[in-house]
Amino acid sequence: MNAYVGTPTSRVDGRAKVTGAAKYAGEFAADRLLHGFVVAATIPRGRIARLDTSEALRVEGVVDVLTHAHRPPLADKDEAWKDEVAPEKGSPFRPLYDDRINFNGQPIALVVAEDWETAKFAATRVRVEYDQEAFATDLESERGKAARVDQPHKPRGDAAAALTRAAVQHEADYVMPSEHHNPMELYATTAVWDGNGKLTVYDKTQGVQNVQKFLCSVFGRKRDDIRVVSPYVGGAFGSGLRPQYQVVLATLAAVALKRSVRVVLTRRQMYGLGYRPMTIEHVALGASPDGTLDAVTHEAIAVTSRFEDFSRNDTGWADQLYKSPNSRFSHKLVELDVSTPCDMRAPGAATGVCALECAMDELAVALKLDPIELRLKCYSERDQSEDLPYTSKQLRQCYARGAEAFGWDRRTPAPRSMHDGKDLVGWGMATGVWEALQMPVAVRIVLTANGHAEVSCAASDIGTGTYTIVAQVAADALGLPIENISVRLADSTLPQAPVEGGSWMAASSAHAVLGAAEDIRQELARLAKALPGSQLADLDATKVTLVDGMIASNDPNGAAVSIADVMRHSKLERIEKEKLNQFAEDKSHARNTHSAVFAEVKVDEQLGVIRVTRVVSAVAAGRILNTKTGRSQIMGGVVWGIGMALHEETMMDHRFGRIMNADIAEYHVPVNADIHDIDVIFVDEPDDRINRLGVKGLGEIGIVGVPAAIANAVYHATGKRVRRFPITLDKLLD
Amino acid sequence: MADLTDQIPERIPINLVVNGARRTLEVAPWTTLLDALRDRLELTGTKKGCDHGQCGACTVLIDGRRVNSCLTLAVMKDGAEITTIEGLARDGMLHPLQQAFIDHDAFQCGYCTPGQICSAAGLLAEGRARDADEIRELMSGNLCRCGAYPNIVAAIEQAMSRS
Repeated sequence: MNAYVGTPTSRVDGRAKVTGAAKYAGEFAADRLLHGFVVAATIPRGRIARLDTSEALRVEGVVDVLTHAHRPPLADKDEAWKDEVAPEKGSPFRPLYDDRINFNGQPIALVVAEDWETAKFAATRVRVEYDQEAFATDLESERGKAARVDQPHKPRGDAAAALTRAAVQHEADYVMPSEHHNPMELYATTAVWDGNGKLTVYDKTQGVQNVQKFLCSVFGRKRDDIRVVSPYVGGAFGSGLRPQYQVVLATLAAVALKRSVRVVLTRRQMYGLGYRPMTIEHVALGASPDGTLDAVTHEAIAVTSRFEDFSRNDTGWADQLYKSPNSRFSHKLVELDVSTPCDMRAPGAATGVCALECAMDELAVALKLDPIELRLKCYSERDQSEDLPYTSKQLRQCYARGAEAFGWDRRTPAPRSMHDGKDLVGWGMATGVWEALQMPVAVRIVLTANGHAEVSCAASDIGTGTYTIVAQVAADALGLPIENISVRLADSTLPQAPVEGGSWMAASSAHAVLGAAEDIRQELARLAKALPGSQLADLDATKVTLVDGMIASNDPNGAAVSIADVMRHSKLERIEKEKLNQFAEDKSHARNTHSAVFAEVKVDEQLGVIRVTRVVSAVAAGRILNTKTGRSQIMGGVVWGIGMALHEETMMDHRFGRIMNADIAEYHVPVNADIHDIDVIFVDEPDDRINRLGVKGLGEIGIVGVPAAIANAVYHATGKRVRRFPITLDKLLD
Repeated sequence: MADLTDQIPERIPINLVVNGARRTLEVAPWTTLLDALRDRLELTGTKKGCDHGQCGACTVLIDGRRVNSCLTLAVMKDGAEITTIEGLARDGMLHPLQQAFIDHDAFQCGYCTPGQICSAAGLLAEGRARDADEIRELMSGNLCRCGAYPNIVAAIEQAMSRS
């Protein structure tokens, strides 16, 4: 039954990706394709006083220059611009809508030409004058204007009073910078003009149906007019959850010119999209001398734009991890003249849990307790916010297995006490936590008499392995070799799926596959029973298995007949079933994934250079559908955590309200030489309550806790506590 | 000024040997080898990730050496032999590096992968990398945002040991 689920199956799309055959959004060919190049605003706030496109239009090969004053109609109501991931409050950004400038890097014109180089050149000939207005882009100087938007969890007890009387207190600000996703693929759309007003839009997105509905509402089109396709996505990490402006511009130009248009953003222009918002995390912990917590407060103050309130849960996580009778959490926003932030890998948790776990380390130091011991003393068996038990929580096992693999018992607690030659060595650890969500997803399976099955769904695979796990689950459920399964994803005409994000797609798509396969099985059983002289005439149709191309009774002595024979005798070439997944409504349990992360750093104190030489991440995330791709997801999360801890920071020049390091040379991401040993351990976590397969999802949990483990290791190595991320060498040399 | 800006440069004929096949095309002097491959020759396996030589996604082999094709003007390479990711497999058989990348799951989204593999092929030909540390160092011009680095190193080690 489980020939594939739970095994290290290689990616089914691997061959396409290693041969260059996999096509990404900006690579689809079209007849008489035009190329658009974006002109972006160079002020953060004001109005376009004059926009002169005449010089650009004179360049040979330029077809048109679209601007707010020269474009086809766009929807004029906010509701039309709200995609399924849009913040509740606010007015979504509308590219080329009017003369308002709301952020630096905002698109103000699209030059469309016969080739890309010409469009790019002509874009330098668009002349703009602005009426600039006063602006603010600095979270720290505007901190006083923070307004509360959210109280992630209800307060419990009286945290303020408990903090005051706590024997041991720790209170600090942890400053997390803005970060940009920087997927390797540039944001791109190829809008193919099919004629008669119909468009096929190849877009870089995490949700084709989200983009499809958005385009239909923005352009006032019928559902059948626009099809959105995105078979391969060159990374997104949250940046592709909402439709990005290039898809509007490419579609706008195609509609205006009745021709196919491709728009590819430059790396620099991608810094005008969403980002992880800079957040000041204020954490206060109060404890008894024995290490039991009395009070936790966590207040986050984060950036948002002036036109939309973006916020995620940074602060509630202590309620899930650490037992404390008193707690209080709040999330505040400061509106600045910037683009709207968006989800980025483990939004909220990556930053908030980093602050919490650094604070826990500081508390452990103050209490003279081992950091794991402190966490075990406060270990919460229940989600305290709703006072619920967990469907499963093997975090204790994560601590134990991770510590053992890392060799934590050989750690000497005093800072600066471990060395490797002239390098200081530091060992740090932290906890990770994320949600185990599941969403409505439908899957269609077409089984053909030759023993092949096509499984299709609108879900995206952004590198997460959806193609592969869908094929694995289908192969097992249909009793076919995985080579006989073909998977089609990310086409808006396929069965429904939400955006791929939040770590929900594995569980959601797998159960939709199971449901559709079950319908196929029942249909086959019904047909098998009905055949004249059937060996399976007495069969209970609910008690059969599909295995090795046969329909077999679950009774070990029962009969089995070939699926191909049943279909042939029934004169059926294909059986098609579509099914929406169904999860039992169960609010009686909390659903989370957990991890324990251990990091070793080596610090050259003279140069301040920090290397992360080892990371052990022990993860409890239910059943792992594919141990190979699953390990890769966690490993990728660890690499992201190393980037968060040591490298990544979007730097704004507040005098101009402009990002200074808007490329991937000056915005540092980890390179191969930055990454050393990463050991991923999946802790056994059976969970028969969360869903049939016991799957929880892996996309986010890998990053959570990693930056804190590294920061804590840097403290252990050097005795310096850096609370302003990333921990760059200048902060150690101070 | 204005009357100068409406001129775009003349196209120049060049010959390239791409994946063993001779290709003749006319390109403007400002066209990079990367754009010539992707837009003119429809070899989209070579990727554009930054267009500034910062990410390595556009790595191809020119006369056997790994080069960022985004920093190379096509007209500079008249007569050169170019191997892209599409030219590595022979007769349907994957190049040992391609197979090793699949075996070790050395990619997720796959966008940096052609550049990684071409760069690794160049690295093997250079014969400079002797161990994992040297592979890491000499592969650091190829960014992988999915963070597959340890698997990339393992894949290259596998291909090295078998070559």
